[in-house]
Amino acid sequence: MISFRLNGQPQQVDVPGDTPVLWVLRDTLGMTGTKFGCGIAVCGACTVHIDGQQRRACVTPIESVAGQQITTIEAVGGDRIGQAVQEAWVKHDVVQCGYCQSGQIMAAVALLSANPKPSDADIDAAMSANLCRCGTYVRIHAAVKDAALALA
Amino acid sequence: MRPMFQYLNGALPAAIEESAAAAPGGLGRRVFLKMSLASGFALYAAGGSAQDATQGGSGPGAPEPLKPFQQPSAFVAIDADGIVTVTIGKIDFGQGVQTALPMLVAEEMDADWSKVRCELAPAGEAYKDPFFHIQMVGGSTSMKGSWQQYREIGARMRAMLVGAASKQLNVPGAQLRTESGSVIAPDGRRLGYGVLAQAAFAEPVPSGVVLKTPAQFKLIGKPVSRLDARAKSSGRQDFGIDLKLPGLRTVVMVHPPVFGGRVARFDPAPALAVPGVEEVIQVPLSGGAVGLAIVANGFWPARKARELVKVDWDLAGVERVDSAAQLEQYRALARTPGIVVEKADTSALDAARPGLGRISAEYTFPYLAHTPMEPLNCSIDFRGDRCTVWVGSQFQTVDQAQVAGVLGLKPEQVTLNTMTAGGGFGRRATPTSDYLVEAAQVAKARHAAGKSGPIKMIWSREDDVRGGYYRPSHLHRVEIAHDRQGNVVAWKHVIVGQSITMGTPFEGFTVKNGADTTMTEGVAESAYPFPIALEVHHPKVNVPVLWWRSVGHTHTAFVMETLVDELARAGRQDPVAYRRKLLAKHERHIAALDLAVERSGYGKTKLAKGRAWGVAVHESFNTVVAYVAEVSMKDGRPVLHRVTAGVHCNLAINPRTIEAQVQGALVMGLGMTLPGAAITLKNGEVEQGNWNDYRVPIHLDAPQVAVFIVPSADPPTGMGECGVPPTAPAIANAVAALTGKRLRSLPFPA
Repeated sequence: MISFRLNGQPQQVDVPGDTPVLWVLRDTLGMTGTKFGCGIAVCGACTVHIDGQQRRACVTPIESVAGQQITTIEAVGGDRIGQAVQEAWVKHDVVQCGYCQSGQIMAAVALLSANPKPSDADIDAAMSANLCRCGTYVRIHAAVKDAALALA
Repeated sequence: MRPMFQYLNGALPAAIEESAAAAPGGLGRRVFLKMSLASGFALYAAGGSAQDATQGGSGPGAPEPLKPFQQPSAFVAIDADGIVTVTIGKIDFGQGVQTALPMLVAEEMDADWSKVRCELAPAGEAYKDPFFHIQMVGGSTSMKGSWQQYREIGARMRAMLVGAASKQLNVPGAQLRTESGSVIAPDGRRLGYGVLAQAAFAEPVPSGVVLKTPAQFKLIGKPVSRLDARAKSSGRQDFGIDLKLPGLRTVVMVHPPVFGGRVARFDPAPALAVPGVEEVIQVPLSGGAVGLAIVANGFWPARKARELVKVDWDLAGVERVDSAAQLEQYRALARTPGIVVEKADTSALDAARPGLGRISAEYTFPYLAHTPMEPLNCSIDFRGDRCTVWVGSQFQTVDQAQVAGVLGLKPEQVTLNTMTAGGGFGRRATPTSDYLVEAAQVAKARHAAGKSGPIKMIWSREDDVRGGYYRPSHLHRVEIAHDRQGNVVAWKHVIVGQSITMGTPFEGFTVKNGADTTMTEGVAESAYPFPIALEVHHPKVNVPVLWWRSVGHTHTAFVMETLVDELARAGRQDPVAYRRKLLAKHERHIAALDLAVERSGYGKTKLAKGRAWGVAVHESFNTVVAYVAEVSMKDGRPVLHRVTAGVHCNLAINPRTIEAQVQGALVMGLGMTLPGAAITLKNGEVEQGNWNDYRVPIHLDAPQVAVFIVPSADPPTGMGECGVPPTAPAIANAVAALTGKRLRSLPFPA
């Protein structure tokens, strides 16, 4: 049994310790808001927060987060920054296919948590590790700026 | 036979083909298809039903009974609270039809937009495209093909609601009006659609309906937010890969390292030792290949087991493609006589003539993978005499028939549920249904072994990148003779590349005299009045190929628009003025180009030092997109700062989606220029495997984009793909302005 906190609640799973957080969430717990894109931590579709820091769930073994707090897209709207980001995403109609957007939002929340007033260059740097094949970057950029304004 | 899409300039049908569509797996149904000259993949079917579909106000008492695709009951549901759910026959994988198609229905229904929802239809007769006669998304046809059909559905539904209200209010229907989800009597009494719904569906369905004129539109033409914006911004949107079913098993495949390879022998023991792994099954794959399927209680154990299973591959008789050798082969082919597509006098090229300038150019393009964000997946529950499939498919009824063929069922015994898909760009429209066939083979093998229960097959990213069905590699060889003003005297053009459609059910109406129009589109029907002598070669190569967002235009637009720019500069003419003169008879090209030029400040604004403009304009899928790009060089590589777009797609149904499609398509077009955006093969094996070695655009690459739409009330044209083609040439033309160097290959050199 591996114990951790998931979106504020205690959670235990009985899986091999090398199972990535992504597959514990998706297959063991049925929480499919966090997405599988590449499996090698290059696309960011699986981005979650572990103790407040963004991490790639597809390469993070569950045993390495024992006792820690995992936050996923399902709960990120529960705090002020997460809510502002999600509202900006809707206002700007950021999504197209939408598959990468859980990860994009988790990355944007991590950025604004660490840097409430990001410059264009800050946004470029922080958001360039999350791929979007629909090419929604122009709208993501505008939404991140708008969320920062709303939070100021 | 009435021509469809009469508003398309010069797009009168070239041929009527009767296609037996005899694909493996039982696509035996005869379909009647016409080919549009305007675009190789802008295909549509004709026949009685399609004719009906184009006739909106055919008047009451029309003798023909309504077809399934004309019945409101298949497309509209209204609950007691007045929530209107529109079921659409198309998949939405980002392009926005999940919002735009309900807009068409809601407009004619006078529905309350805040109460409109959307669902994706399963494979079904009513949802087949009235023109294609299959249920599909492709060729940027969803809106232009559904424009009449979905508005008529809405108008019929409105008439039925009015009919029901007329009885309940005891007021003649002609005196009732509708507004925002209610029927309103002259005395002010109102009945909401929710209250009327049950009675409305019992009303007779009118065949002839009068549609609104564009001036009467309240919703169409307004920027409307996507209906799926909130679900997709909160992790609540379920995609095919997210399907949950009791007892669902995960399947991970072991594919041969070379296309067409076969399992010779394998040792499943190490794989079966992984906890959670249940089976390792040998299964036939597309194209005569044989692979393995690992069945487990989740993705992770199956993925781990895949690394452990030991396989010896039989590659006897399998062609092992090498990209470097292929380039040499294509280069040599381009210098031999090919299949003649267009004839023109090229004698001016035969000998040096005084006063004539010469352009001699070779262009090369690599294989490209689509890599949609959601890895390909397909779930199947096979019960012997019936089967349910869950898949994010662009080709629902094709896939349904293919799965039925594998399982020995009739198509109607296969229920295919359309799942929201995480991107596609053409990859979810395979005539061979390659990955669905794999999943069906696994289901069949398990069933034969007495195993029951649903399976979900998930391809890893490596399976996707190495799985074929790429945009073909191409080589263009062009010889041009021109005078001192840049006027073309002779133009010889040879294109070498695999045919996408030969050997598929599409061959009958895309291949003309041995040449695949999906490869020549953009050169063969160029709007420029050049005397182009065009020949093609279609080598057979052991690499599966497929349409990739904007298909032939991915390469032809780059060749044409960079050459036009080069000719303008050879004639010492401004590239915009040069294009305007040549395109004088093409009003939509001129309007899109002028709009982009005017809004960009081209020729008026002074650019920052080190920056230059690059211009390109191209028609694809009946839509014209012009880009004016602002580019600088950094470390010998172009940086794209800003793009101003002028778009002519006739009536803009949802300008917000059009803006987003142009922004996204532009980024995808930019992606084609980035070093590393290439699939290459060595000794038959694909050298790339994931996004760490197959380059796609990132946030940092994206420029500022301003999109402007030419106002129009004409019936809408395509929008999903048309923003891709002019991107790369606009950048290359700016690079030429900055450096004097002509870039002739995609991706650009590192």
